[in-house]
Amino acid sequence: MSSTPRLIQHAKKGDSPGWVFILPSLILIGLIGLPILALVWRSANIRIFPFAFTPSAVNALKLSLLTSTLCIFVAILTGTPLAYIQAHWSFRGKAFLDVLVDLPIVLPPSVAGIALLMAFGRQGLFGSWLNLFGISIPFTTLAVVMAQVFVSAPFLVRSARIGFTSIDPQLDEAAKVEGASNWHVFQHIMLPLASRALMTGIILSWTRALGEFGATLLFAGNLEGKTQTMPLAIYVGFEQGLGIALVLSVVLLAVSFFLLVLLRRLELQNQH
Amino acid sequence: MKSAKGTILLILLIPVILIACGPVLNNLLAKMDPIATAHPDTESAQTLTVFAAASLTDAFQEIGRELETTNPGIKVIFSFAGSQVLRTQIEQGAVADIYASADHKNMDALAAESLIDMNSYHDFATNRLVIILPPGNPAAVESLHDLARSNLILVLADPSVPAGNYARQVITRISDDPEFGNDFESTVLTNVVSNETDVRQVVTKVELGEADAGIVYISDAVAAHDLNTITIPDSFNVSARYPIAILNNSSNPDLAAKFIAYVNSPAGQAIMEKWGFRTGN
Repeated sequence: MSSTPRLIQHAKKGDSPGWVFILPSLILIGLIGLPILALVWRSANIRIFPFAFTPSAVNALKLSLLTSTLCIFVAILTGTPLAYIQAHWSFRGKAFLDVLVDLPIVLPPSVAGIALLMAFGRQGLFGSWLNLFGISIPFTTLAVVMAQVFVSAPFLVRSARIGFTSIDPQLDEAAKVEGASNWHVFQHIMLPLASRALMTGIILSWTRALGEFGATLLFAGNLEGKTQTMPLAIYVGFEQGLGIALVLSVVLLAVSFFLLVLLRRLELQNQH
Repeated sequence: MKSAKGTILLILLIPVILIACGPVLNNLLAKMDPIATAHPDTESAQTLTVFAAASLTDAFQEIGRELETTNPGIKVIFSFAGSQVLRTQIEQGAVADIYASADHKNMDALAAESLIDMNSYHDFATNRLVIILPPGNPAAVESLHDLARSNLILVLADPSVPAGNYARQVITRISDDPEFGNDFESTVLTNVVSNETDVRQVVTKVELGEADAGIVYISDAVAAHDLNTITIPDSFNVSARYPIAILNNSSNPDLAAKFIAYVNSPAGQAIMEKWGFRTGN
């Protein structure tokens, strides 16, 4: 995160990097850029934007905004303290905890979905117990939020952890000498100093939650207005014509793009 | 820095090791597989790609194996998914030799776009629907009437999936019977908690016990042997006709015709019936 400003100071102007660097880069830029260009191009050509916002598309959009916002609140309230603990205290099993929390970042979403079902499904390890109290999580909006938190919160924790770790430990000691409590130090010193890293984490985590598909499909199912988020509507929308799927894809693309631009601005501000 | 270099080296080594081990592994596998040993790959292997509705998974896999055994040198590759997903993939240029759909709607859409060989287009089997219940039947579903019980957790395929469309037709037909009453349909549909993207997902959700009941093809219930079922009488049931066709962009139409001929042969039709389909016989 903090490497961006230094890179910019080092960036050279004038002489060309040479084809050894440019050619391989062009291949990757093409692979990433062309599909995105094609998506925008095709959806601009079909002129169905006015018709694309069917009630089910609007429902999916609303549900995605609601669940990803709830998800981000849960991730902030639980992920920030966890990152703080990981950054400031060492204890037995800390290395294991670090890997555990990072695991969802590399796990395929389908694995996440099955794992959630095995734990919180009606016949699941804890789900069967909840069922005794008449609580059933699968196929509910809560299940959507849980799937999103599972896959996206680790991005926030990771980023916040890096933010907290980079703060000079002497600040903490100095404040403790003055008689400040752990909470005081956290609230008045650590949080403000790590705020950019936290914002980065929040944005990354939010974009990931918005895009969640596999775990939601397996754990929460697909019901309009209740569990059908935008990525699911895009998948199902294939049938009603590629047009609707295309337009919804572009909307999701635009939101993600906006969030990433925001992220970049934050990183640039970091150096001033 | 030194350790970082070491880590990068290790990561780069993984694919190298895998590639190096590839031929060794292949050799080992070939020794274990009698068909591959009998006909080493010096003989040019012919590959057939079949896009088939998810409900055909077990029947077609068996047909594919039989065809590979009786015709050495042939390799059949399947892609099983919801018929509507496969249709979109074909429309977007996916390369395949055969398309077998669970309904006519998706096949006709490809026909309208001249993507299939119309001479090869025909029905090869029919399928019917059945109600499936999880092991142990926790919600004690005993009859069609129970589908309308309040708070029953019912899972169907999405209306865009043929199985989901048929399931809704069945529910409408039951609702037309005065014994069940006009509000049967609306009550049952409020019990639906999820519209799954293919019929096999419905089976999975019921198998896991997440749903109290689901409506799927008889062939799906046969494939998942540990499920309880409730028969839907013929008067309410639909007969889902399965069409098959060779795609116009097939690189090997002769081989594709061979596959279809096997499906229509007595041996092929027997396999279809074994997996719960009905055939012309």
